[in-house]
Amino acid sequence: MHMNNKSHRVLPGFGLSLGYTLVYLSLLVLIPLSALLLKAGSLSFSEFWKIATAPQALSSYRVTFGSSFAAALINAFFGLIVAWVLVRYPFPGKRFVDALVDLPFALPTAVAGITLATIYAGNGWIGRHLEPFGIQIAYTPNGIVVALAFISLPFVVRTLQPVIEDIEAEVEEAAAMLGATRWQTFARVIFPAIFPALLTGFTLAFSRAIGEFGSVIFIAGNMPMVSEITPLLIISKLEQQDVVGATALAVVMLVISFIMLLTINMLQWWAANRHKGART
Amino acid sequence: MKAHRANAEPRWVRLLLTGIALGFLGLFLGLPLIAVFIEALAAGVPAYLAALADSEARHAIMLTLLIALIVLPFNILFGVAAAWAIARFEFRGKSLLVTLIDLPFAVSPVVAGMLFILLFGARGLFGPWLSDHDFRIIFAVPGMVLATMFITFPFVARELIPLMQSQGKDEEEAAVSLGASGWQMFWRVTLPNIKWGLLYGVILANARAMGEFGAVSVVSGHIRGETNTLPLHVEILYNEYNAVGAFAAASVLALLALVTLVAKSIVEWRMQKETEMLEASLPPEKTE
Repeated sequence: MHMNNKSHRVLPGFGLSLGYTLVYLSLLVLIPLSALLLKAGSLSFSEFWKIATAPQALSSYRVTFGSSFAAALINAFFGLIVAWVLVRYPFPGKRFVDALVDLPFALPTAVAGITLATIYAGNGWIGRHLEPFGIQIAYTPNGIVVALAFISLPFVVRTLQPVIEDIEAEVEEAAAMLGATRWQTFARVIFPAIFPALLTGFTLAFSRAIGEFGSVIFIAGNMPMVSEITPLLIISKLEQQDVVGATALAVVMLVISFIMLLTINMLQWWAANRHKGART
Repeated sequence: MKAHRANAEPRWVRLLLTGIALGFLGLFLGLPLIAVFIEALAAGVPAYLAALADSEARHAIMLTLLIALIVLPFNILFGVAAAWAIARFEFRGKSLLVTLIDLPFAVSPVVAGMLFILLFGARGLFGPWLSDHDFRIIFAVPGMVLATMFITFPFVARELIPLMQSQGKDEEEAAVSLGASGWQMFWRVTLPNIKWGLLYGVILANARAMGEFGAVSVVSGHIRGETNTLPLHVEILYNEYNAVGAFAAASVLALLALVTLVAKSIVEWRMQKETEMLEASLPPEKTE
């Protein structure tokens, strides 16, 4: 099928397209990123470490990663149910519901932020019903989890849908014929098949959530040491002209982003190759 | 299909799961969407229209459109070029390049905005040179354009690379070996093949470009009537406790989101149809 030897390069435009790609990528992404590293390089390691592990920074990591993890868990649970229902069960208005799942990708985060803050405030549509039970969402760390769960919801659903579609009916039938109950079939056959995708979706949601800013600041309350996320701490350092402090925190975020990106690539590779292994 | 039914879950489980899924989506996604419009109209239609006719709101809308209009052509051109190079040729470092293209998705918008402050801000690398030449990038529109470009950088390329890889290069090679020039091949073969995928990427990139908050917020300086996009305008009004104004502006963005979702669904449907048609028409073509 593949004749990718250089001698077979009949198609034109390789130099032009690759050249443009590399120039644009360098100007827009690579050079700005190296500016950050260059700036960070002006710090000694002990200075960097001191800023990166200051109490306010540590508490912002706790808030950011804790809330993102909780949001991704919520999405993994409900996302699995939503994806399953969308693929397997017929119901009226399914196409509409399927399109609605992408709303968080299409809705600007600031809009999500002010709307969620309004709904989950003590006098809001949902907050009003939670307040009697002593549950406060808006302007507490809980609000951050809600906002992050909202903006990262589509990742799990969209990653799972094609994988659930691909499960072959024969596999489930075989399990049923061998005497498995439906639950056993799910736990032992279906779940292991979709687990890599679930984990990928979880990681995508988590990685999107840790960088999120727009939706969170409206609902978080933004109290230092309590409900202040790392991106907000970076901005407040920038506003105080503390570029060095902001740079150190940005480097921390960037390193974590890279690790997440690598993890996602590895998960996707794992998911793809497992699939191949099962087929051959 | 019947095979599925034979070993499907009991009816009550199906109803329960469907109920949970729809309840969750309704409460979590549907309710906020409705709330935007209800809050925007809370003080009546005249107040809503007045909030949108406000000169700062109109300026914010125009600036949002302007930034998207500048950013999209660059990213479309990049997306097509990157997809052509990656999907049609083999070269060393290709998987690294694909990873690097994804990079802006992984970077926090706030960090993205900050990158341009480090380059072009008053105390940035090129800051002194820029102020000598009386040219502002940060706290001005050029910086907002750059930040938006960075954020929406991968969208078109990400749609086109897998699409073009799956289509293969047979058709284009045929066109070239039959004597088509590079541009003829591109306009007559490549572009018709990728047009829906391209449009899909543009729709996503556009939604993000118009709705971006974090990155633009960092570089904009929040100068009212000058460097306020619609999302930033929403923030300012909301922080001034002008709920009607904030939600009126938000409702415009929510409408944009709805248009995006509809356009996306239509394009998805067209792409699906096209693949089905292609699959149906391929075997006879090959025998000819």
